[in-house]
Amino acid sequence: MASLIRSWIPLLILQSFLVAIAFGSKEAEEFSEALLLKPLPDRKVLAHFHFENRAPPSNSHGRHHHLFPKAISQLVQKFRVKEMELSFTQGRWNHEHWGGFDPLSSMNAKPVGVELWAVFDVPQSQVDTSWKNLTHALSGLFCASINFLESSTSYAAPTWGFGTNSDKLRYGSLPREAVCTENLTPWLKLLPCRDKDGISALMNRPSVYRGFYHSQRLHLSTVESGQEGLGSGIVLEQTLTVVLQPETTSVETNMQPSWSLSSLFGRKVVGSCVLAKSSNVYLQLEGRLGHESKNVDTEIEAHKLWKNADFDLSLKPDRVLRESSSLLFIFDIDKSSDSEPFDLGLTWKLPSKWSCQQAPLQATRFLMGSGNERGAIAILLKATESQEKLPGRVVTDGRCTIKANIFQIFPWYVKVYYHTLQIFVDQQQKTDCEVLKKINVSPSTDKVSSGMLEMMLELPCEVKSAAISIEYDKGFLHIDEYPPDANQGFDIPSALISFPSHHASLDFQEELSKSPLLSSFKEKSLVRSYTEVLLVPLTTPDFSMPYNVITITCTIFALYFGSLLNVLRRRIGEEERFLKSQGKKTFGLKQLLSRLTAKIRGRPIEPPSSDSPAAQSSFLSSKLIFKIILVAGAAAAWQYFSTDN
Amino acid sequence: MKARVFQKLIGKYMSEMGAEVYYQKFHPEGNQFHPLHFFSGPDSYTLLDNVSCASYGVNVAGIIRAPRGDGKESIVLVTPYDFINGGDYEALSLGITGTLFSLLARVTWLSKDIIWLVADSRYGDYRPVAAWLTEYHSPSFKDSDLLKCGELNTADKFRRAGTMAAALVLKVDGRSERFEDTLSIYAEASNGQMPNLDLINVVNYLAVHRQGFYVKVEKVVSLLSSSWLKIIGEIFEAVGKLAHTLNPDWNFGIPTADYLEGSATLASSLYSQALGIPTGPHGAFRDYQVDAITLKVSPRFPPDSKTRQHDFFLRGAKLLEGTIRSVNNLLEKFHQSFFLYLLTSPSKFISVGVYMIAFALLVASLPMVAASLYIDGCKALNNSTLNPAGNFKSWKWLDAAKQVFALHLFGLIVTLLPYFICQVPGQHSPSNRSIMWGTTSSSLLLITFATIPGCSPFSSRRHGTNWAVLKSVTISAAFIGLCLMSIINFATAEIGALLLVPTCLIVQPIKPALRSRRIKSLLGAFCSMVLLTIGFPVMLFAISKGLFGEGLVGLSLGGEFWTWLESLWAWKSATYLYIGMVHLPCWLLCLCILFHPS
Repeated sequence: MASLIRSWIPLLILQSFLVAIAFGSKEAEEFSEALLLKPLPDRKVLAHFHFENRAPPSNSHGRHHHLFPKAISQLVQKFRVKEMELSFTQGRWNHEHWGGFDPLSSMNAKPVGVELWAVFDVPQSQVDTSWKNLTHALSGLFCASINFLESSTSYAAPTWGFGTNSDKLRYGSLPREAVCTENLTPWLKLLPCRDKDGISALMNRPSVYRGFYHSQRLHLSTVESGQEGLGSGIVLEQTLTVVLQPETTSVETNMQPSWSLSSLFGRKVVGSCVLAKSSNVYLQLEGRLGHESKNVDTEIEAHKLWKNADFDLSLKPDRVLRESSSLLFIFDIDKSSDSEPFDLGLTWKLPSKWSCQQAPLQATRFLMGSGNERGAIAILLKATESQEKLPGRVVTDGRCTIKANIFQIFPWYVKVYYHTLQIFVDQQQKTDCEVLKKINVSPSTDKVSSGMLEMMLELPCEVKSAAISIEYDKGFLHIDEYPPDANQGFDIPSALISFPSHHASLDFQEELSKSPLLSSFKEKSLVRSYTEVLLVPLTTPDFSMPYNVITITCTIFALYFGSLLNVLRRRIGEEERFLKSQGKKTFGLKQLLSRLTAKIRGRPIEPPSSDSPAAQSSFLSSKLIFKIILVAGAAAAWQYFSTDN
Repeated sequence: MKARVFQKLIGKYMSEMGAEVYYQKFHPEGNQFHPLHFFSGPDSYTLLDNVSCASYGVNVAGIIRAPRGDGKESIVLVTPYDFINGGDYEALSLGITGTLFSLLARVTWLSKDIIWLVADSRYGDYRPVAAWLTEYHSPSFKDSDLLKCGELNTADKFRRAGTMAAALVLKVDGRSERFEDTLSIYAEASNGQMPNLDLINVVNYLAVHRQGFYVKVEKVVSLLSSSWLKIIGEIFEAVGKLAHTLNPDWNFGIPTADYLEGSATLASSLYSQALGIPTGPHGAFRDYQVDAITLKVSPRFPPDSKTRQHDFFLRGAKLLEGTIRSVNNLLEKFHQSFFLYLLTSPSKFISVGVYMIAFALLVASLPMVAASLYIDGCKALNNSTLNPAGNFKSWKWLDAAKQVFALHLFGLIVTLLPYFICQVPGQHSPSNRSIMWGTTSSSLLLITFATIPGCSPFSSRRHGTNWAVLKSVTISAAFIGLCLMSIINFATAEIGALLLVPTCLIVQPIKPALRSRRIKSLLGAFCSMVLLTIGFPVMLFAISKGLFGEGLVGLSLGGEFWTWLESLWAWKSATYLYIGMVHLPCWLLCLCILFHPS
């Protein structure tokens, strides 16, 4: 009990301090760091780094900040960004095993490559300009080719399908962008302690990039102060989500692997970042002990939670929070030091199995058809097992329905015929008005803008599967529109499936937490999932063909003009006279034969004692013609014998 | 029951590897003759209304997701396996792929997903793969009765893994006759389409230089022992040697054995392409522009020897791993220009730029001869004609064109006739059907001759079309037909040109030749008779059967010919169209010229 109180005192002090700050006229800038670890059902471990940096609305500092990165605040001021999110992702989120109905996955499961969306606080006419400038600025800031999103063919302006209702929203994604350390380093530079101290010191590049999924995200939103004369505050949220495979020595396949921070990252946490207001490590265990003992007050019970027959934590948690289906252990890393580094470990003693909560419908998308002319895109929604239990069903007119929003961008070279939209629910074709609640289509313009499809489906709750298919023609690109890269095909960015009536949140019973990570989990977030990126093979011209044609044409020209000039230049009469004056040199068959044998034997021809330029040129021409005839004859003979059998 | 147990066992094995597993049911009936479906793509999965649960196949497929990949592309491994009476050799192929699959599930270098398809080969090798591909690329979202059959519930998930980059079909069969393990590569897909040469090269390189397989491609065995080819080969060898002595840099001479081998392989390659029937399950992939080849491995030991099995697994899996790794590491597609080629050995090929020359030279004579004949014919007409209608001089060819057109129309009808014969109710043997076809065609031909004036070769009117003009138009038609065919299926056009061009060039009316009794014209008449006899499609079929070592079969020839044609149209081979619409009319026209009354 005593230890509990002791751990409470600093927290209380901190809280009172916070209250004082909140009510004071001048808020200070705040930075907090957190790391959430979560074992996944398929023997992997998820690590979610969360850094939050708040700059309160103030004009006292002018353009200067204490903690807040200047680059970001300049960005916000210059382009008047109201809200923005940028994510770099490598690998695919496994919705089946890693969950799809918790705030973590709905916020951090991002499409492959780069995704950027932003809401601007400028007049409607300037939104596109701001977007273009923003992409360039971010491109420089993050060492990525985000500037490709500048072209109007690569972004769209979703109205309601994206989840945020705003007409000043722009959305774009680059599925082909490779993500590597060069993107992580500038991202880390925005943190006050970089990766030198605190939780971010764990980010050992090889281990972070060895993971199965890697997504670094930057989300910023401005907070209006509401007061005259004050600027707006900015909240910058930086997260890095990695899914790692702990190395195991045990051969048992049903046993969950045991791990520690040092085995996962190859590093340990040595103290917190001194500039951080709070720095915590959380461990979330899903699917256990949710319903058992209700009161955790007694020491023994609490002890049982982290050292029991199932598993064993290497450190004692400072607090334990419970949610309906999961347990959250909270560790404060302030106490760790060089001599006593924070190295949390989890040892499993018994095989255990659980499953993550999944989104009501699981979405897959694929291409249909064959050939280079046309095809179809199909989105398949399959009911998951957990669909029945989920809240968020809407009962209208006595019918229980699930709402699903689909938001999809089509690049212009995929010419979609929107009238071919077909919807099948449980293998029955439905007319549009039966299931389609709302639809918004903006067709693409060739080489100018990309197409966009937003639709809201209202499916019956007992739906097993739903399929949407839409046909398209493949376009032809102009020669300079082909990227200079290797020809792999062209990408169709991920579609976004969101469920507007379902919201994911973790509801911890205790109201103690003031941690930004937990409060962000507590907020109701829209359940969304991204589909796969598709690869469309387009007709690609053989770019080496022009080269071949040029070479052949030049050869023919050279032969033609060479011989023509030769003929024109030759003066027969003059030549004959010259030959006569040369005396009775035998220029007949004999010499030609000797030349021929010399040629055949590959020996240099002995230089003729007296060769006139005219004779030389005539010899050259005859040699050339002889060569051509020989080669053509050989080719024809070879062809004839090789095919005529 | 046994089949279900096997399927579940394989599925369990795959999921233990960490793969996503699913089962797919399909119908054994596949190919139906649709007269106008020749150049259409693979048709969407049309399910029959009354589906019987009595016979259906089940494919098992597993997908390994690349750990860090983006899921845009995939590589497919296919092992056909007969779940009911699969032999030891088939089990070996499962073993090799299984070994490889368990390795791939653990490696970190994958950037493309791997799909392993265990195709239910009870209904042939091709059909299950084609059914799976149809489901993959053009599924029907409608309700199907098939899904409800059996206890195995397959409705839940058919999984996909992006665009296919390449596919490898692995089969193990028979014991190798050689000392080494043998690997045969099959590449020809429908209508003479070939996979990218790079895929063959990769497999060949890895098999020969890394794993020590003896690699071979199909060849015409009877050519290996033919003496005339041997003589040509010896001449080439001698010429090569002579050239080498003259100039040590000239090394184009090849040994006779190599020449024989190359020619036999080339002939087989040409024949398989010309036939237009895929040589294995890989053909189904080509319909979706996926490069695929079939690898048929023959081990040198009996399948039950446990000691050698290990080594064989290791080498087979290493070969496949190397190939998969090569494709996996490619950021781009295979280069687009290596699709048109003929193989002369697993490591040598003749590219389109070279083999087109032979065909072009063969065909180039046709328009020239046509032009000269036309001029001759016009002159002859002007001299002999009674009516002085000089103003219609340029329309001389119209009569001949009518005749040519009529016979081509007849060819089209004959081509479509089998479809209607198939619709005739009742069970008929192939020979009966071929008799039906033969009688209807010949009666149609008689009607054509009777109704269209000047068409018949037996009409006695002397002022009919001039034979020279008729020949000129025939040659033009043959030229156009051959050129068109060379675009669709080059090998067919090449073989067709070898038959059609000499016939068209040499044919002349037989009556004047007999009348003149000159040796030269008699010889010409004899040659044209021989060529025309060979040129008749049925005759050609019999000869080719004989050439491939199956011998003449007398009366059942008609039946076999029918079966052969049926297989051609079932596989949507354009060769069938060529025979019906180019070869047959031209042959008939040549016959008309031969018996021309002039």
